This record gives sequence, C-alpha cells and structure tokens, in this order.
Amino acid sequence: MTSILIKNGIVVDPEQNINGEKMDIYIKDGKIVDECKADKVIDANGMTVVAGGIDIHAHIAGPKVNAGRAMRPEDMKHVRMKSGKFRCAMGGVLLTCPSIGYEYARMGYTTAIEPATPTLYAIHTHEELDSIPIIDKAALPLFGNWHLTFKFAAEKDVEKMKSFVAWAIERAKGYGIKVVNPGGVEAWMYGKNVHSLNECIPGFEATPAEVLTTLMKASIELNLPHKVHVHCNNLGVPGSAETTAETIELAKKIGEYCLHITHIQFNSYTGDTWKNMGSGAEELAKLINDNPVTVDMGQVIFGHTTTMTADGPFEFALFKLAKSKWINKDVEIETGGGIVPITYRAKSAVNAVQWATGLEFGLLVDPDKIVISTDFPNGGPFTSYPYIITLLMSKKFREKEIEEKGVNNYIEKATSLLSIETERTFYDIVKMTRTTPARILGLKNKGNLKVGADADVAIYPFNCNDMPDYERILKALENPAYTIKDGEIVVKDGEIVSENWGKTFWVKAKEQSEVIEEELESVFKYYTVSRGNYGVREEWIRRAEAIRV
Amino acid sequence: MIKDVVCTFCGNACDDIEFEGDYGRNLCPVGEAKFARKERIKTPMINGKEVSYDEAIEKAAEILKSSKRPLLYGWSSTVNEAIRLGVIIAEKLGGIYDQCSSVCHAPTTLAMIEQGIVGGTLGQAKNRADVVVFWGCNPVEAHPRHPTRYSVMARGFLTRGRSDRRVIVVDVRKTPTAYLATDFYMIKPNSDFAIFTALRSIVNGHEEAVPDRVGGLKKEELIELAKTLESAKYGLVFFGLGVTHTRGHERNVEAVIKLVQDLNKKTRYILQPMRGHFNVVGSGEVPAWEVGFEYAIDFSRGYARFSPGEFTAVEALIRGDCDAAMIVASDPVAHFPKKAVERLKKIPVIQIDPHPNLTTKIADVVIPTAIVGIEAEGTIYRMDGVPLRVKKIKDTNYPTDVEIMEKLLEKIVR
Repeated sequence: MTSILIKNGIVVDPEQNINGEKMDIYIKDGKIVDECKADKVIDANGMTVVAGGIDIHAHIAGPKVNAGRAMRPEDMKHVRMKSGKFRCAMGGVLLTCPSIGYEYARMGYTTAIEPATPTLYAIHTHEELDSIPIIDKAALPLFGNWHLTFKFAAEKDVEKMKSFVAWAIERAKGYGIKVVNPGGVEAWMYGKNVHSLNECIPGFEATPAEVLTTLMKASIELNLPHKVHVHCNNLGVPGSAETTAETIELAKKIGEYCLHITHIQFNSYTGDTWKNMGSGAEELAKLINDNPVTVDMGQVIFGHTTTMTADGPFEFALFKLAKSKWINKDVEIETGGGIVPITYRAKSAVNAVQWATGLEFGLLVDPDKIVISTDFPNGGPFTSYPYIITLLMSKKFREKEIEEKGVNNYIEKATSLLSIETERTFYDIVKMTRTTPARILGLKNKGNLKVGADADVAIYPFNCNDMPDYERILKALENPAYTIKDGEIVVKDGEIVSENWGKTFWVKAKEQSEVIEEELESVFKYYTVSRGNYGVREEWIRRAEAIRV
Repeated sequence: MIKDVVCTFCGNACDDIEFEGDYGRNLCPVGEAKFARKERIKTPMINGKEVSYDEAIEKAAEILKSSKRPLLYGWSSTVNEAIRLGVIIAEKLGGIYDQCSSVCHAPTTLAMIEQGIVGGTLGQAKNRADVVVFWGCNPVEAHPRHPTRYSVMARGFLTRGRSDRRVIVVDVRKTPTAYLATDFYMIKPNSDFAIFTALRSIVNGHEEAVPDRVGGLKKEELIELAKTLESAKYGLVFFGLGVTHTRGHERNVEAVIKLVQDLNKKTRYILQPMRGHFNVVGSGEVPAWEVGFEYAIDFSRGYARFSPGEFTAVEALIRGDCDAAMIVASDPVAHFPKKAVERLKKIPVIQIDPHPNLTTKIADVVIPTAIVGIEAEGTIYRMDGVPLRVKKIKDTNYPTDVEIMEKLLEKIVR
C-alpha cells in the first residue's frame, strides 16, 4: 500500500472545526496519519479536501433493487462505461453493482447504506453488496412488520425485543433497525393499511406507536451505533406531516436520541387531498431542530425513476395512481415490498411541491441533523447529489431551475421555498454529507480527517474560501480531482483509475437468544426455511467487519 | 447426521433434508434420484482423450479467446458464485450470456417487463392462502413436495391445512395434481389467454361481454371460477409451462398478471411461476445485478445488450452467430431444437458438468466438476427468489465450478 501526502489542500472537516485551512494530510496503510514518508504527493493547491461522502439511505442492493432492474431493461440499457480495464457500467437511474461503486466514487462518495433488507433475503443483499466495488457499505434489516416485533411490542417487553433485535441483526449481518410503515405492511396482507400510530395492527394487540417505542428503547439499551431508522406510517399522502410530527413526539417522550426519520420529504405533506396538499416542512423543521431526532432529505429530482420500498400498500396505491407496471412481494411473516416506475414532472403541482419540500428541509434543518439523500432510486438518482448541493448553496441556481424547468407555481402557495434566503455554506454541506451521517451511523472513523480515521478522501477542484459561481461549483462536485478510498487513489479528474473492494460493516450486539428461544422455535413453524438455514455467515461476505457493542 | 441440507434438484429447494450416510430423510423421489450415486465424467477430456485439468482449462481458454462471439450457456444448476464469474467472462470475451430460462420461463420475464408481477414468498401459500390455483402446472410430478411443504396441505399461520384451502387446478388434461383439487377445470389447449381475459371481464363487472363458451368452459363455469377466485381472503396463482409455452406465450402470462392485478383491487392475490431448476432464478438474478439484464445478453460491443429472440441461445445458434460455446451445468443437446444442435456440433464446445449427458458427446473439451449441493457449497435462489446456501456434504477430488471459472477468468483477462 502506498503512502500519500495531500499537500497544501484547503481542508474542511467540521468534526475538528476546521473550516477552509490550508493543511497537509498524510495517508498510510489506509488510514490518516500524523506524518509519514510519502511515496506519492498530490498537489492540492487551490483545491478543497474533505472526507469521503456518506450516503445514509440508498437502495443499492437486494431482491427489490434487482427486481427493479429486471423489470426495467429500458433504464438498464444506458451505457456509462464500456468493459475494459474495469467492468462495463450500465444503468440510467437504476444501476448495476459495478456502476453503483464507480458512480459513488466519481462523486467523492465512499460509503453507502442499503436501508431495507428482509432478513430472509439477507444472503442476496450481501451478494450484491459484495459485487459493488470501491465503497464501504452496510445493510439495515427490516423490523417494522415482523410478527415477533408485534408480539414483543404488544407485551411492551423491551428485554425480549432487545434479544430479538440482536439475534436478527446478527442473522442478517445487518447494521441496525429499519422500520417501514410499522403494521401497515402486515395490514396489506389483508388488503389494508394502517392510517394512524394508535391503530391496532390486524391480528395483533400492538399499535405502530408501540412497535416504534419498544424498538427505540431496545436500540438505546443495546447501545446500537445507529438508532432506529424509520420510514413513517402514511408515507406519500396528504396529511402525512401530522403522522411524522406524532412519530417525533414518540422519540421526544423517550428523551434521548433514538430516531432517524428517513426521506422526510415523502412524509411531510399537509392537506387532505392531492388538490390541497402542501408542504409541512417549516413546522417539521422546527420540531426536528428542537428534538432529539435526525433526518435525511429524500429529495425529488425531476425526470423518470423507479420507486421501490418495503411499503407494499403504498406501492399498490401508487400503481393505481400511476397506472404503471407494478411488482409486489409479500415476504413470509416479516415484511413485504413493491416497485412502481414513476416520472416526476416539474409542471405537476404535486411533484413541484415534493421538489420544493425536500429543498425546504435542506435549507431549514440544522446541518447537524440532516443528511442529503434522494432515497435512491425513489426520489431520483444519487448521482444528482452535486446538483442538490448546488441548489442548497445558491438561491440564484434555485431561481434559475424554477424558471427553466417551469416548476409549477403552486409551490408559491403551498411551500415556503421561494421566501427562503438561506444559502448553505460549503462547511454546512460537508456536515450534511460527511460529518452528520457518520455521527448518525456511529462510524467514528468515517466522515472526518482526524489522525486514525479511514483514508477515504475527496479532493474537489475549487477553493471553498473563494467560492466560485454555482456553475463551477456543480462542475467541481461532479468531477473530483481525486477520490481516495482506503488510502488508494480510485478516481482522478472524475474518472475511475483503480478499483478496490470496500468493507461491509455489521453490528454484533450482545445476544441472549435463549430469552426468546421459545418464540423463535414457534415462529419458525411459519417459515418455509429451516432456522439453521436462516441468515448469513460472516465468512460468506467478501470483507465483513463486525462492530461489537 | 447432517441437518438442514438443501436439495439441489427442483425450484422447491427443500432445505429440511437430513442425511445419515447415504440416506436422505425427507427427500422426494426426484430428490432421491438426484442424491443417488450416478455416472460421472471421470477426467477432463480434449476430443475424447483424457487430459489433466490444467491442459483442459488451457485449451478451453484458448478456444474462448480465439472465438469472435462465444456463447456461454446453462447456469441454472450451479451456484451464484460460479454464475457471477461466468457473466464476467462473457463480458470480457465480448460473448453472449444466456441461461435456461430462455427456453423455459422467458415469457414470464417478458410479461414481467410489460406488467411487473404481483408476487410473494412460498410462505404466503403456507401461511395465508385460502384459495390456491395451479394453472398449467403439475407440481405432483414436477415439484413433488410443493403441495405438502408449501401450498396444499401445509399448516401455516392463518390457513391450518388442506381443509382451510380451496384448491383449483386448470389444465388441458387430468394431471395427478388435478386429483388434489377442490375444483378441476379441463380447458382446451391454447385457450389460456381467452380464459384469463374472460375471467378479467367477469371480475371487472363486464360479464355480458363473455360469450357462452370460452376455451372449452361454459360461461357458468367461468362465472363460478371467477367467484371462487374473488372469494379468497388471500389467493395465490401458481402457473407453469402450460401457460408460457402454449399459444400466446408471454401474452398469456401478461393476461394472468393483469387478472391478479384486478383481483388485488377486491382482495389480496399473488402469482408465482413454477420455476424448474434449483437455481434458475439465480442464473437470471446474478447477471441482472452485474450487467442489468436476466438473459439473452450480448457483449460484442463492450457493453451489455438485451435482446430476446436475438441473443437467446437457440436463435443465436441457428443464425450461426456463435463460433464457440461453453455449456455450464446444462444439456442443450438434449433440449434444443435440431438446427441449434447442428450448429453446436459444428463449433468448438466446452462442457463443464459433473455428469455425462448428450452434450458431452459433442463437446471438444470436457471439464468435470463437483456436484453442487453434495460436493460443493454456494448460494442458490429458490423459485420465489429466497436465497439458500447449499452445503457440501461429501468430500471429492473434483474441483468446483467456481474454481474452474476462477482459473478461466484469470487466463482470459491475462
């Protein structure tokens, strides 16, 4: 492994309160070091040096991602790179595994989290994660519609929930707790959905609120590095803002940090019909800033994409609305999922409000509490992050986009976007793409450039102390001068120059499965897979790294 | 005793087999045959002459590298790890990757591209389904444990056994599966599309549009069938080659997918193709995540192109596009049309397989490997996509498919 000196770069690292200081960064054996003899010197004069970006929520691997690819050859036929020294890279919005690794690296991103894997399918998810080059990754198993979750939630038994969570995360080789529309997917098995936090889940004595509360308590007691990652109930419908606010109230009652609400944009609509829907971002942003909760944006990008979520009933509703093709998957007694293609149109009032709502969050929520995301591929491609960042950094660019794209002027009435003067500084952006996601995920060696941190570094060809106009910012963010992963230069001037294989993180919590032995035995009667064949072994994963808590 | 062994024969991939020496408890007759001692290819061969593995691999690599557009076909009876390497080899060679679906459930994939698919795991049949339909499929003979383990008699969370389920069989003859049925409908061959369409009309409230007889069924029978379908709390339609390989092909599958979409507006329904080989699903999933498509993939331009009917093995062979072929874990000579086999006879063929079959007879290079699920481990996907890790339960001197693919890839990118 070579050692590298990044010389005279302008460093931004909010974790160390470094904001645009000219510094030298040394890299050796895949880590940031104090000083060393360097085999290679990168002259970063006039360039901005930051840690590698972290995507906290992107559907990049697993059965539904792949089902989306199979259903949409019209999207996959887009050629990004021909086969040669590297793999051929295919895909428009949806991407193949090689494309995913290359495209993240080409933006200066080095870590991404697959946020929704059924534990029954975890072997598949890890096979795909293993086929993604360069980046580090992890997967979040789904808990929100598991029969055992309902049982322990109904009994308010945090002890058993803890054991169950630890057992399931170990089986999935997962990183934390993901909850999608708690109870709603179980209701979908009866053709229904749940519409409030305090409604009883069909067939069980539990409510979504109890599911969330018990899981949040369990995540605290287990000391999980990443707390409960929630896709709220009532996603994507007018009135969802209220449910989101109630969900935040649940976390507030617990009193310490335990809730990450994902793709908040999709869950922040006011009104009671599509005709009068509006953005609830202003009120929710206040609530988020005042309470122990974090979020990611779930920004919508105008154009076509493929929605995919474990929220089966939502996808059915979308299928009826979009009259498009529809994949559904009901998964034993643990979860479900659906896939529907969609196009976000600037001229559509609803889509325009969605677009504006995401940006409102990006501009109104404290950068220590929000992460940039598109909920890839639901809001759009993750390759749009440079575009989203530029929108957040420049009011002029926002105005230009609204004008040029012809964004429906209903946003004037239904959102506060046009009255927001804020322009995010690059320091804020580094927080929203590095520091904050690393903290939320509990990845101490990521998102910063401290001595001892992983040598995942992005060098952008602009001076953040002398910000250029938005066009140049966008171009620089889309074409990093260098991306360094694990101490190896993988991208130079926006092109892949070498390929390595990142780690897959998983959390090994203290497991006491004997506490739930009886429940596990009885629940496996309803599986079609033997308990002995359920889950993933560490040695089946290319580069697994356990985080013990 | 070795527990939780996964049977590597059909798409059921039963994972509850227990081995005591050579005896496998819970195996069905088909599974027993799979695990029974069978004739093996003894050593690697070039033109029928016994050679070392190194020589055979060297020769195979030479054939592939000197070929302009090799066909890499088969894959449905090996593990994903080997398939992945096979896809990469096809990409690096600028060849064609195709797999057994192209002569099997490809119409299902085409219909899925048009309509999506409303699916679920086999656990839904076991736990929730109170109406189970077998349409143009015969699990009693093709997937023998399907009825007991998953669909007809299985005891689940809501449906507690056979008496809780209404079982419908629709076929052109009275198959052994028909004897399990609550209601059996014998239809005329090639009338599936018309019947699905008639059922959709009834379900959607357009009964008057249905003629007196459709596909050998009286209008009253169709109405009765539609009412039974609608009466389900959670219904499940299994379908087989009787739907995909009769007149209409992918249009038949599209019609049944649409029927299931319509039924979901009234109650809950899912659909499941009865996939054949134990890892035919994996042989489509792996290329989808590696290069974007499930089958019929050409790399001659340095990137992946998907074109069924053009890059599917049979058509590519008949057209004479491929000047070499590597067949992995499959037997196209036994199953392809005569003209495609004639082309295979003319071009250099490499076979990688544990067992001799008709393809062995025409292969120029034969590389025997360990039997997946008995002598070699790895990942496979059941018919519903549920991933399972198959086990190594016996030692062997044969190398695995993965080891052979690794060596080939190394020689090809060298």
